[in-house]
Amino acid sequence: MAHQPPFSVRSRTEEENGSLACVRLLRRLPLGARGVQTTADTTQLHQAPSDASEPFTLKLHEDSFQTYNCPKPDLEVQVTKSELLEMYQQMTTMRRMEMAADALYKAKMIRGFCHLAIGQEAVSVGMEHGIEKDDRVITGYRCHPFAVLRGGSIKGVIAELLGRKGGMSQGKGGSMHIFTPSFFGGNGIVGAQVPVGAGAAFAQQYKGEKNCTFAMYGDGASNQGQVFEAYNMAKLWNLPTIFVCENNKYGMGTPAERSSSNTAYFTRGDKIPGLQVNGMDIIAAKQAVAYARKWAVDDQNGPLVLEFVTYRYGGHSMSDPGTTYRTREEVQRMRSTQDPIRGLQRYLEEWGVATEQELKAIDKEAKATVDAAVAEAKESPEPPVEDLWKDVYFKGTEPQFLRGREREEGKRFY
Amino acid sequence: MVSRLLLSRFAPALASARRPAAAVPRHAFMGIRRYATADTEQHTMTVREALNLAMEEEMTRDENVFIIGEEVARYNGAYKVTKGLMDKFGEKRVVDTPITEMGFAGIAVGAAFQGLRPICEFMTFNFAMQAIDQIVNSAGKTYYMSGGNVPCPVVFRGPNGAASGVGAQHSQDYAAWYGSVPGLKVVSPWSAEDCKGLLKAAIRDPNPVVFLENEMLYGGHVVGLLASYWQGQVEKEGSDITIVAHSKMVTHSMEAAEELAKEGIKAEVINLRSIRPLDIDTIIKSVKKTNRLMIVEGGFPISSRARQFDYLDAPVERVTGADVPTPYATNLEALAFPDTPLITKVAKRALYRTN
Repeated sequence: MAHQPPFSVRSRTEEENGSLACVRLLRRLPLGARGVQTTADTTQLHQAPSDASEPFTLKLHEDSFQTYNCPKPDLEVQVTKSELLEMYQQMTTMRRMEMAADALYKAKMIRGFCHLAIGQEAVSVGMEHGIEKDDRVITGYRCHPFAVLRGGSIKGVIAELLGRKGGMSQGKGGSMHIFTPSFFGGNGIVGAQVPVGAGAAFAQQYKGEKNCTFAMYGDGASNQGQVFEAYNMAKLWNLPTIFVCENNKYGMGTPAERSSSNTAYFTRGDKIPGLQVNGMDIIAAKQAVAYARKWAVDDQNGPLVLEFVTYRYGGHSMSDPGTTYRTREEVQRMRSTQDPIRGLQRYLEEWGVATEQELKAIDKEAKATVDAAVAEAKESPEPPVEDLWKDVYFKGTEPQFLRGREREEGKRFY
Repeated sequence: MVSRLLLSRFAPALASARRPAAAVPRHAFMGIRRYATADTEQHTMTVREALNLAMEEEMTRDENVFIIGEEVARYNGAYKVTKGLMDKFGEKRVVDTPITEMGFAGIAVGAAFQGLRPICEFMTFNFAMQAIDQIVNSAGKTYYMSGGNVPCPVVFRGPNGAASGVGAQHSQDYAAWYGSVPGLKVVSPWSAEDCKGLLKAAIRDPNPVVFLENEMLYGGHVVGLLASYWQGQVEKEGSDITIVAHSKMVTHSMEAAEELAKEGIKAEVINLRSIRPLDIDTIIKSVKKTNRLMIVEGGFPISSRARQFDYLDAPVERVTGADVPTPYATNLEALAFPDTPLITKVAKRALYRTN
């Protein structure tokens, strides 16, 4: 398949002028300086791998990163074959899961809100490969892949979307409220998760833990006042917080340039340095996350702002077709030229890590895994009526009585 | 009973502290350890001291407890409630913040998710409106939405309701606002006993607790009966009318009860103490006895809590703040909140008396 880079590189003079945008954008793409290049397949192999666990070196494209007051991450990245295959398998599985959710929503089995991350897989999978198990992640409502990757399960996420007892929140939270011990959701109020993430980092620092927290938000949320309040306190107190802006160019129906006077989100931390990353290239994504973690935990430099330039193929949510504020051509072009999974596929085939047949087998297995999880989730019953009253308060600290809708309804605890 | 369990857990700590003797030595509940003071000397502390001591004891007991808020550390607290705590525990555990309520309330919630026990002070609850989303949505609802996976053991505390001469933007009573949110616990203590016991219980509680103090009570040696977390407290027994109040309004109601007593009216005053959960049983028990109910609070009328009971001889009398933003002029401000003469007058009305 043709993977033509959609950008031409500007002249040297323009680069020397210090312009943030080192590449010219094609006409149809939204304006407003994305400095990094965003194809998924420009990484070069330096040494061919032999066996699955032997590390080999890749070199990222020099436009993979843009920096703001911090050194550029190393463009040379060490990976192993097995890790690359795992990344491919995870991205494919997450996409399948989101597509299954899409189908279930259209079949009216999922209700309410459902925000899918199709197209953005390199961010969640790349992050998981760049952090430690005991780091913390918090994000907004586009959270399903994170919930799985951070210790959850596909069946648990799907069952939660279906509102069943087997869901990770017992069917009580829904799409936007899924948690694991190292993942604080899944949050519904735009921007509120950012100070909460800084708070988790505060606790990590307080307890002397060698960990950090990735507090994620979108281009739409980036303008929230509380984000800047969190930036300020994180910098003031040197909190190990990585503020991660997942810039998919649209906040619901509003393109970034219509919402943000400064769309270089990685520079908006003021005194906090920042890094803009090609969010469609999983190797770059992983490298950026590893760099950020080292910045905050090993080097104790305090917070960092990370901006992933990425794209969602679907609308804002299942209620939004996603075509009233952007063209179908744009979506199609992104899908065909910048898809993170196809990009990784191209690497794997080019470098001899896997054949097309092997990758097709992984695809097939991913579909089977998701189908099985969906079937298992569908078997799960609705939560029992008693669960209405459960977990309003911490187990064992319930009040005497919780009133129902009228005086004959209610739950007496003691 | 859960309350007995809680009490037995912190009674030893209370016993070791400097503890005020009750003004009226009555047995209120079973299970409360009565303190044997052989002498008649009154050891009293102010409400402020009680709050300070509660925090100090809990911070000593559990190193995960910390205080965060504006001016709590080096300034010793805008109202001096956290006085001396920075000196004692250091700036790691008593954290001064910039003036960014939404941000630091969110940070407190995140720290609680991650296993610490923050005490988040708002200089007043008027400013907490900036942070109310974090209190209600991030703290209050997360345990339920997560199916019991993510508890949030945070305490939001600070002065609530009327102060004196501070105008409309600084005088609102939020008890009913927070009291309407399932998932939060909302406490509005009155006496020094209430404050010490309830703040310790709130800090140890694994739920998010909104702890509503009152600035005008801080300096007072307000003496009441020993606190039980869940239950309202009958501070004064009577048989003619039940007056239910919380926080500063309890002071006025007690004074009104004295006034009424001079005319032979025996009012029973219930210190609600906990807005959520609300101790309906104590109120019902009292109303069964008196058949008349009066509810006194500083909040706006539409939001005040009123209950219809089957045992009433007269309609429920609701005495509340006036339905206006608090005016600044002293004479007008006095007409915006209930006071002792007003409560006395209305109590008589419930008894069909015209004088």
